[in-house]
Amino acid sequence: MAYLDHAATTPMLPEAAEALTAQLSVTGNASSLHASGRRARRTVEEARETLAEALGARPSEVVFTSGGTEADNLAVKGLYWSRRDADPAGTRTRVLASPVEHHAVLDAVHWLGEHEGATVEYLPVDAHGRVHPDALREAIARNPQDVALATVMWANNEIGTVMPIRELADVAREFDVPLHADAVQAFGQVPVDFAASGLAAMTVSGHKIGGPYGIGALLLGREYAPVPVLHGGGQERHVRSGTLDVPAVASFAVAGRLAAEQREWFDREIGALRDALVEAVRTAVPDAILGGDPAPGGRLPANAHFTFPGCEGDSLLLLLDAQGIECSTGSACTAGVAQPSHVLLATGTDPELARGTLRFSLGHTSTEADVEAVAKAIGSAVERARAAGLT
Amino acid sequence: MTDTAQPSRPLRVLAAMSGGVDSAVAAARAAEAGHDVTGVHLALSANPQSFRTGARGCCTIEDSRDARRAADVIGIPFYVWDLADRFREDVVDDFIAEYEAGRTPNPCLRCNEKIKFAALLDKALALGFDAVCTGHYAQVVLREDGTRELHRASDMAKDQSYVLGVLDGKQLAHAMFPLGDTVTTKDEIRAEAERRGLAVAKKPDSHDICFIADGDTQGFLANRLGKAEGDIVDESGAKLGTHEGAYGFTIGQRKGLRIGTPAPDGKPRYVLDISPVNNTVTVGPAASLDVGALTAVKPRWCGAAPTGPGTYTAQLRAHGGETEVTAELIDGSLEVTFTEPVRGVAPGQAIVLYDGTRVVGSATIASTVRATATAV
Repeated sequence: MAYLDHAATTPMLPEAAEALTAQLSVTGNASSLHASGRRARRTVEEARETLAEALGARPSEVVFTSGGTEADNLAVKGLYWSRRDADPAGTRTRVLASPVEHHAVLDAVHWLGEHEGATVEYLPVDAHGRVHPDALREAIARNPQDVALATVMWANNEIGTVMPIRELADVAREFDVPLHADAVQAFGQVPVDFAASGLAAMTVSGHKIGGPYGIGALLLGREYAPVPVLHGGGQERHVRSGTLDVPAVASFAVAGRLAAEQREWFDREIGALRDALVEAVRTAVPDAILGGDPAPGGRLPANAHFTFPGCEGDSLLLLLDAQGIECSTGSACTAGVAQPSHVLLATGTDPELARGTLRFSLGHTSTEADVEAVAKAIGSAVERARAAGLT
Repeated sequence: MTDTAQPSRPLRVLAAMSGGVDSAVAAARAAEAGHDVTGVHLALSANPQSFRTGARGCCTIEDSRDARRAADVIGIPFYVWDLADRFREDVVDDFIAEYEAGRTPNPCLRCNEKIKFAALLDKALALGFDAVCTGHYAQVVLREDGTRELHRASDMAKDQSYVLGVLDGKQLAHAMFPLGDTVTTKDEIRAEAERRGLAVAKKPDSHDICFIADGDTQGFLANRLGKAEGDIVDESGAKLGTHEGAYGFTIGQRKGLRIGTPAPDGKPRYVLDISPVNNTVTVGPAASLDVGALTAVKPRWCGAAPTGPGTYTAQLRAHGGETEVTAELIDGSLEVTFTEPVRGVAPGQAIVLYDGTRVVGSATIASTVRATATAV
């Protein structure tokens, strides 16, 4: 079997699994004052320090959440509410977002527009799905006073394009606008340093880097106090209430440390495998269109996204799955029905063409055999899918 | 007849899974028989939006989940295919147009002809599948010469060959109905589903037209066709009342006529004719519903078209009984004469001809001739 859907989730690292299971039988609420609580708290705080170090942040900037979706929601909604309410005139309601965001950001932003009086503005992107700093500058400069926040993902989950986060954050800082970045796909693949980035907030997730499901974090600059999405016991700087999942936190930290330590290896080795996969697909299907930035430095090392003209992505998925190759169309679905990817549409791709996409995403367990499997299967799969056509 | 519907050679089978118990058990049986089965749920009412609100036109989110849950338990891959556009064009629009024209369509039959064993089958074949499997109760019989026949299910009470009567030989060659060759009651199918760990075992049957979730066909039609008040008249043309749209009626209908004055003889009145041209509904006594002959168009044959007149049994509606007819193909139309008059034959419905249990073919009823000399 060739598992090439690491961007959906990647196998847990043995070290992370070990850290998780070691904690599962330990009792202790990290908020309790007694010995068990203290022990749990120590585990949590050590994990916080480890993760902070892996991400170039201060420990107090790490806010644990239930995952990437929650962290994105907290950043987008929380910062919006706090910034809007802090504005005496109450007119700081503009939200700037890239149109290629993950749904956890995109739908949260959309919801603010529908229910919380936000004026949502989508930043223009180029054909690779990249937001240029000038575009952000233009959007903010039109009226810097009314911008509540901006949000631009660090790297795109579908087509792998890496955004110029540092430059974007510089622009935002110039106008005192907080910039949030969803770095769920970037962590472990490209250098991610929270302090150096200049971001106000940044989302990371456990299960995308070999840690457990159900755990993530919002890296949050200390000067920001977003309005909580979850109210309760006041854990995590009163920003995110809820008893901490100590085993998941501990395991996440182990995975985070390894992701940072092995990043260069990942970039080199997995990047080379990815290049081989791209080459193999192009050889088998000469008219396949590589999605995202073709320059190696401009995309995630593990991402290979293709559009196959005349094919239904779902058909390709079925045909490859039948041969033990697991990948994704990359786009979201409504009740299981594939929709043309909003990412591709934002990059100006023809909607008909956008139906024929496949995303291969590699990870730490990927091998040459995986690439060979794709090389062997993709040509005839595309031929078949073309015969089946577009319904 | 040498073989049952279950070929001994393992096939690549695409199982259409509605989310109901029948199609789930059918898929499970196909997999158990050694076939390489992939499940697919047809999304027939997709309502794509740029933001995922979860909103869909029909009740299909739950059905889709039920189907996926069943596929997971059976251990087969599962996909949702969006055939909403094709379904709207070929089934829903046709359904509305037929009612508008004063006929009574059968959308399930149409769906089998145009969607399940056309759009779906074509795509399946192109993707390398050998057959499409459904939970219909009917049998495919392989003959010695390699051709296939469609037969009624072993259990006549469950038989659904009527809605499959539109399938031609080529379609039949790629059809698999794992439920058709065993005498199984619904309770037994449910017990089998339970035994197989399929959560749909207790799911209620769906009887309604799938794209009219609330079962209100009149309301559905009124929504799309608008109200068009017209007259209800008797056979002499005398006005008895008014209606809000001739499309809301079916030949043979008795209820819901809302005519104030009773018939002179006090007997119930039935819809005899629907005339969309002048938006008039004609009603009259039951005896006037007796049909002695009919003409049906767009015939489809399971094998070769018959030459010359023949004697068959015919079925005229989904849950109707059998009746003896002679039928002959004349200039592409099927001319049918009933041995005994039949009551309440609605143009738009299909007539399916049988030779014993074998489906010979089907055609769409275009016009009827009253058993009493007056033609309608």
